[in-house]
Amino acid sequence: MKITEIITALDLKVISGQTGLSKDIAGGYVSDLLSDVIGNAKEGQVWITLQTHQNVIAVASLKDLSAVIIVRGNKPEADTIVKSNLENIPVLSTEMDTFNIVGRLFELLKKE
Amino acid sequence: MSPANIVSEAARKGLDIIGITDHNTTRHCSLTSRLAAQKGIFVMQGAEVTTKEEVHCLAFFENTDALSTFQAFLECNLPDIPNNPEFFGDQIQIDEDEVIVYEEKKLLTNAISKGINEVEVMVHSLNGLFIPAHIDRKKNSIYSQLGFLPVDLKAEALEISMVSAVEQFRQEHPEINRYPLIRCSDAHFPDNIGVAFTEYYIETASFQEIKMALGKVNGRKIVIR
Repeated sequence: MKITEIITALDLKVISGQTGLSKDIAGGYVSDLLSDVIGNAKEGQVWITLQTHQNVIAVASLKDLSAVIIVRGNKPEADTIVKSNLENIPVLSTEMDTFNIVGRLFELLKKE
Repeated sequence: MSPANIVSEAARKGLDIIGITDHNTTRHCSLTSRLAAQKGIFVMQGAEVTTKEEVHCLAFFENTDALSTFQAFLECNLPDIPNNPEFFGDQIQIDEDEVIVYEEKKLLTNAISKGINEVEVMVHSLNGLFIPAHIDRKKNSIYSQLGFLPVDLKAEALEISMVSAVEQFRQEHPEINRYPLIRCSDAHFPDNIGVAFTEYYIETASFQEIKMALGKVNGRKIVIR
C-alpha cells in the first residue's frame, strides 16, 4: 500500500517530507524508545510514535522507514520538519492515540 | 535522604563537593547548601529534569535567582497529575528543624512538557550547566530515549553512571569524546552517597571553578576513574 492511500484512509495530516509520499509501506512498527526502533524496526515500515525530536528522522533514515506518524496531535520540532524534508521522509500527524491509529492501520494493511 | 542526612553522610565519606538534583524540583538545594557549608562542603544546586522525551538531564545553577526562575519553569511545565505517596513516597520539603514546610502534590517523577532542546535553552539562558544524566543506562537516558546523541547537543558535560566501564563505553560511543565525562553516584539512599564521584582539580570549590574544570580552562581539569 502507498503512503498516500493510508493518508486518505486514516485522515492523516501531512506535516513535512512531501517528496517521500510515493513510497510503499511494508508493515509498521510502534515504539517511543528510539534505541528500540534502531534495534527492531524493518525497512519500509511506517513508524508510529509520540516522539517529536529531530532524532526521529535520523532514526527513520537510518532504518529506511517509509514514514513517521506522530500521534495525539503532538507537533514536531522545527528542526525535525527541516530534517524530514531533507531526508524525504514524510512526517504525518493524527489526533488519534497510538492504540486507535495502529488498530486502524493494521486492519487497513491486512486487507491487502 | 533529608538534607542533614545527606550532608553528614557526605562528610563521613570525605566528599568536598556534592550535587543536589531532586527529580524536577530545586526545593531542597538551599537548605542542603547551608548545612553543607557548615561542614566545609560545597553544593552544586540544581535538579534532575525529566524532559518530554523522558531523558533525565542534570541542570545546575550558580545563584538563587537562577534557581528560582528554573523552579518556576519546572512547576509551570510539570503536568497536573497527583503524587501517590504510597507508591512513590512523600514529596515533602523540610526546614533546618526537620519541620515539614511544603508538600508537593504533583508527581515529581513525571516528564515535564518541554523537550530536551527547550530545557537546554532554558538552562543556558540562566547561565546554568546542562548535563544529560546516566547516558549509559537502558532507561531514561539520552541513548535509550533518542537513540544517539543529537548532532547539535549543547552540553557542558555528559554523566556516566557507575554501572559501565568508562573506557569500553568510550570505545562503543566515540562521539561522547566531544564532551567532558563526569561520573556521579546518583544516590537515592544515604548509603549510595559517594559510591561514584568525579575529581575536580580547581582552586576553590565554586560553581565557576567547576565550570572551568569541565571546560579545561586555565589548568583546571576533571578526572574520573
